[in-house]
Amino acid sequence: MIRPDADTLLEIVDLHARVEDKPILKGVNLTIKAGEIHAVMGRNGSGKSTLSKVLAGHPAYTVTGGSVRYRGADLLNLEPEQRARLGLFLGFQYPVEIPGVSNLEFLRVSTNARRMEKGEEELDTFAFEDLVRERLQVVQMDPAFLERSVNEGFSGGEKKRNEILQMALLDPLVAILDETDSGLDIDALRIVAGGVNHLASPENATLLITHYQRLLDVITPDYVHVMAGGRILRTGGKELALELEDRGYDWVDQELAVLEVA
Amino acid sequence: MSSSTSVGDLVSQPYKYGFVTDIETDKIDKGLSEDVVRLISSKKDEPQFLLDFRLRAYQQWLRMEEPDWAALRHPPIDYQEMIYYAAPRQQEKKASLDEVDPKLLETFEKLGIPLSEQKRLSNVAVDAVFDSVSIATTYREKLAEHGVIFCSISEAVKDHPELIERYLGTVVPSNDNFFAALNSAVFSDGSFVFIPKGVKCPMELSTYFRINSGDTGQFERTLIVAEEGASVSYLEGCTAPMFDTNQLHAAVVELVALDDASIKYSTVQNWYAGDENGVGGIYNFVTKRGHCRGDRSHISWTQVETGSAITWKYPSCVLQGAHSVGEFYSVALTNNRQQADTGTKMVHVGPHTRSTIVSKGISAGHSSNSYRGLVQIGPKARGARNYSQCDSMLIGDQAAANTYPYIRSQQPEASVEHEASTCRISADQLFYLQSRGIGFEEAVSMMVSGFCRDVFNQLPMEFAAEADKLLALKLEGSVG
Repeated sequence: MIRPDADTLLEIVDLHARVEDKPILKGVNLTIKAGEIHAVMGRNGSGKSTLSKVLAGHPAYTVTGGSVRYRGADLLNLEPEQRARLGLFLGFQYPVEIPGVSNLEFLRVSTNARRMEKGEEELDTFAFEDLVRERLQVVQMDPAFLERSVNEGFSGGEKKRNEILQMALLDPLVAILDETDSGLDIDALRIVAGGVNHLASPENATLLITHYQRLLDVITPDYVHVMAGGRILRTGGKELALELEDRGYDWVDQELAVLEVA
Repeated sequence: MSSSTSVGDLVSQPYKYGFVTDIETDKIDKGLSEDVVRLISSKKDEPQFLLDFRLRAYQQWLRMEEPDWAALRHPPIDYQEMIYYAAPRQQEKKASLDEVDPKLLETFEKLGIPLSEQKRLSNVAVDAVFDSVSIATTYREKLAEHGVIFCSISEAVKDHPELIERYLGTVVPSNDNFFAALNSAVFSDGSFVFIPKGVKCPMELSTYFRINSGDTGQFERTLIVAEEGASVSYLEGCTAPMFDTNQLHAAVVELVALDDASIKYSTVQNWYAGDENGVGGIYNFVTKRGHCRGDRSHISWTQVETGSAITWKYPSCVLQGAHSVGEFYSVALTNNRQQADTGTKMVHVGPHTRSTIVSKGISAGHSSNSYRGLVQIGPKARGARNYSQCDSMLIGDQAAANTYPYIRSQQPEASVEHEASTCRISADQLFYLQSRGIGFEEAVSMMVSGFCRDVFNQLPMEFAAEADKLLALKLEGSVG
């Protein structure tokens, strides 16, 4: 939902970043306001996953230029856990398995970290169980998954549901979902997308990072950005995604080639 | 990641128990000889059989060589440069705690082991050992009502010589190994526990060992006997001040379980580990063995080893009684320049004996952590079963983990299973937890305690939380 008077949540200006010695982001500009759903599309290697990792503060990526402001304050000098507590959420493309750490305990500790930041009271084990059982319904997840280790032995679809469950508990202001649709069958995709739609509100914003149109069939974006060569080449409405679906990415490559010569 | 949260820095938390108690000490001259052995025995006013035991052990020790098969490196230990007996100067063991030197009570209180009537832990009886002597044992009367004997081994020698003579050295013979022989010759104090037939010990028993003197070896001796159908849970804790020299700790622990008896022995070892360059710290060469002498008896070792510059320790079970059960649950954490070579021996003698080994090694810094275990199935151990699981966790890229499992079976109908794994705390796992609002240190500690859960679950409740905190503390600054 686009509202001109909405608060700006995230403002990315001329962002440059590298991993090891390899520059990946080469001047990304993007502004996200409350209530909006953005989609960033692009080929593998275009820099879209890097953008999500840099925003969440992954230590392997070094910012070499530009700025990111989150609700008006500098984001980049914050530790990853501080960003999360302030309401920035990254849904991972490949959620890692953490053997030995109980999923329920993990969810409780992270939920409480976010709640404390918001000035809400910490939930004890009982209060938290009530909350988590209610939020499980958002992703139609079996409570048995709470008793297991974080993501351990989960199928691809179960891992993604666990990501959306975390999003439902952490109540983020900006949710970045990195290839949330990858590896999902059509039923799982519908459930995950249903969860994302359910959680979207006029106060928060969603940034979908995806390859394919099929996620955008179930979550309608307000803006679509096409990324290539570490930059956003073009921005449009939801019809831009359809155009990509139609024409493929070849024209993007051509446009990029022209840009890089210039 | 900012420098403040590199895994490398996280571990270097100062040692909390490194203080020295300033107290007048009665020490003998350094060095070891037959005269020193006789002197120790006479200071303790021991009966002849014990002096004979010591002298025989001393003669055996003289003919033995220090073992060199462990994956440990240290400069040669000069056994003549050490003091073999040191005791805080007080006349004799006080009948009442009120008469114990307040400095000693204060020391134990600082270590989190309050001994005085008002403050002592409820439902845990404590024997407090300071250098070479036991200074106090709590709840003795209450235990005596149940027929349970819990006292220092020196007192047991005086009050129950027949029990000492019957059991001492029957599980770990004095010539068992170099360090056991040394201990048998010069042991000073330790705990004695006797649970009579059919009695379930009504409370946890615990001994707390404190080394205070800088040039003294500690050679404690613990003996626990559970008669038919008896059961007991016992916990041992240890700390030492920070010195830049190394102190030798060579203990012997013997457990005897008769028919249907059960002994659970837990250790939380936090000796001073030396500094980050490996200067100072305790050399911990310990022989611990349990003898499941009776049918259906049960001995369980749980250890959390976090301290010492060097750990050489293999708590073992000899499963003689039919259907007897031995267990070994271990977490060994090494950091900086610490070295640990630890594991267990399960010797299956009787039929249908069972053993379980769960070992978790965590290596950080430049440390080296080895699991060494033997599962031996004798010809009469029909239907014996063993399950072993050895997992290693590496933190950083400078640490080493080794596993040396030995299996010897002379019994075709036995079943032996061994599983092993190695993992590393990955940057991606840490980032995942951080990106959910969990701080770096808490993330490391969640993963480490998750890794150790199978072992912590075996500890008495009060101590499991303690062990969890201890590991987190030891790892501060190690992941990066």
